[in-house]
Amino acid sequence: MTPVIRISDLHKVYKVGDERVHALRGVDLTIGQNEFVAIMGASGSGKSTLMNILGCLDKPTSGRYDLNGRHTHRLGMSRLARVRNEDIGFIFQSFELLSRATALKNVMLPMLYSRQHLFSARRRARQALERVSLTDRMGHRPNQLSGGQRQRVAVARALVNDPALLLADEPTGNLDSATTAEIIELFEKLHEGGQTIVVVTHEEEVAGHAERIVRLRDGQIISDYPSAEDPIHREWVRSVAGAFGRAPGSGEQQAPGPGDAIDAPATTAEVRP
Amino acid sequence: MSGVRIIGSPVVALVRLAVQTVVLAVGQVWANKIRGILTALGIIIGVFAVITVISGLGGMRSFVLGEFEKFGARKMWVWGDVPDEKRAVLDWSDVRMSTFEANLILERASSIADLTPLTSAGWEVANGTETLRSASIRGAWPEWHDIEDRPTIAGRPMSRIDNEQKRQVVIVNQKAIEDLKLDVDPTGDYILINGRRFLVIGVVEDEQPSAFGGGETNSEFLIPFATHKMMNPYTGTWFAMQMVSPDVADEAQAEVRFILRKHRNIEPGDEDTFGMFVLQNEIEQFNQVAGVITLIAGVVVSISLLVGGIGIMNIMLVSVSERTREIGLRKAVGARPPVVLLQFLVEAVMLCVLGGMIGLALAYGVVAGMRHIPNFPLDQAAVPAWAVALAIGFSAGVGVVFGMFPAIKAAALNPIDALRHE
Repeated sequence: MTPVIRISDLHKVYKVGDERVHALRGVDLTIGQNEFVAIMGASGSGKSTLMNILGCLDKPTSGRYDLNGRHTHRLGMSRLARVRNEDIGFIFQSFELLSRATALKNVMLPMLYSRQHLFSARRRARQALERVSLTDRMGHRPNQLSGGQRQRVAVARALVNDPALLLADEPTGNLDSATTAEIIELFEKLHEGGQTIVVVTHEEEVAGHAERIVRLRDGQIISDYPSAEDPIHREWVRSVAGAFGRAPGSGEQQAPGPGDAIDAPATTAEVRP
Repeated sequence: MSGVRIIGSPVVALVRLAVQTVVLAVGQVWANKIRGILTALGIIIGVFAVITVISGLGGMRSFVLGEFEKFGARKMWVWGDVPDEKRAVLDWSDVRMSTFEANLILERASSIADLTPLTSAGWEVANGTETLRSASIRGAWPEWHDIEDRPTIAGRPMSRIDNEQKRQVVIVNQKAIEDLKLDVDPTGDYILINGRRFLVIGVVEDEQPSAFGGGETNSEFLIPFATHKMMNPYTGTWFAMQMVSPDVADEAQAEVRFILRKHRNIEPGDEDTFGMFVLQNEIEQFNQVAGVITLIAGVVVSISLLVGGIGIMNIMLVSVSERTREIGLRKAVGARPPVVLLQFLVEAVMLCVLGGMIGLALAYGVVAGMRHIPNFPLDQAAVPAWAVALAIGFSAGVGVVFGMFPAIKAAALNPIDALRHE
């Protein structure tokens, strides 16, 4: 089966003034269909850059990236827009919903820029909202929805074009722990349904629900384990269990929120692309 | 990853995109109503001004042309005139028009359909004890009725024989009947003009007051030209003529000038010893003035639209900046740069066209008001269709021109940076 993502020797160099910033230094990564992968790393590790390239929002300086068997590293901006539209579903930390549009209209947005689903846009949007259990909120505007509901609308929007890859950037960064659990549960459900998911996060709790954790530091992959075998994650599970006397992920206890002491281990100098 | 994918034809996709873009733009403009109206104020005022001026001018034109028509667009006048350089050698009596010249013109000028010589004097008129001290007595040929379009409403018109036999007959107008306390139908009665007995043969209606003749109606007495000349051969003489059609004004003038110059032996290079007046010239002059006013209005409006356009550009730049994240999102989910460009361009055009339409509505209101001002010669003012098309077209053009830069800016945004924008 063709892997959804196949990256080899990926480099990305930014020019910031006279300085050249090497954000990615030779990344190799293959993600198969129906995988649920967490990409972790401190700020400056290059995870945002990697995510932008995975999402076809940016192009690598060198190396190759095949998405769903398609070379993307040589495509122009218009073709990349089409790839984003058809093959990738984005989920953002701050939801990025259009405030004046209803949930249904928000979900229909990607189909506005698609040549497909010309006559089925509304029906498909409804189905996507069904998948995130929001059928009763279709006519609501974002400001009439809770944070978790907003992110579910965003997930429905990401799913509406049946993307090969669901790409989430800190999807729970703006949510409290109860809603975080709700969204993670939704991801697991989608994963069970066969969806390939890549989550960029710095929360161990979220990463623990993925099958596989890829850690980045200084623009390189430093570890790539199934989540149960990831030493850093296991260390974190132990420490949380010690502190609360219970295993995390049950969705009931107060888990450490973003910005708490537990984070990816590597702390390098701030290198912003 | 199942799901039936209908591959739409590009045309259907395009139509849908156009509809969605317009719907989106309408929503955007509607969401910022007040801001939109304030922004479009330049356009509103510009369109309002140009439409009002054009319509007012159009109304004025209809009015003036109507007056000309009443006065006679086919009419032409010729009179004797001493040029400045000949003041020393020529007297007024030397250049007076003669009946010989009248016949010459009638005979030779193909563009002249009718002609009457005219002369006028102020004489005393009396009916019994009713006396008018210095009434205007005009002498003319029977053609006068046709040229002036004043048929008799009682009695008979003047005839050739009246003139040839220098009969003492007179045609009066209604005001004269009133002033002299004549019978309602005075035909067959006698009145005294300058001490001579004249038989009243017919009655004409009073002259319609026009913009040229002044508002006052005077009593009029028309007697045969020859009779008038017999009573006083020294009064001034001029010709009133009717051209075959208003379109031959230039030819008619050329013909008459040629005939008169030849007859008067005027050397080439010397000035005419007569003057001519054709209404057609005045109409052209009026049209010229109207054209200049339209041009000035056009310039003013262009400036107003320019300022309005800059306002539109400003607000669109604000809009692009405000919606940077939205643009980033749209791009992330697959909006290609041209689509984003189109969206913002359509929004700018819509703002401008909306402004144009508001300006148009205001102009309609004011023009309707103008029509109802009493004693104001604009009761025919109307907004012409071409002006509506022009105004809307111009507004849309301003939208395209001034919306282009912000739209390009939006289209060129990098989605990563746009999504990170605060």
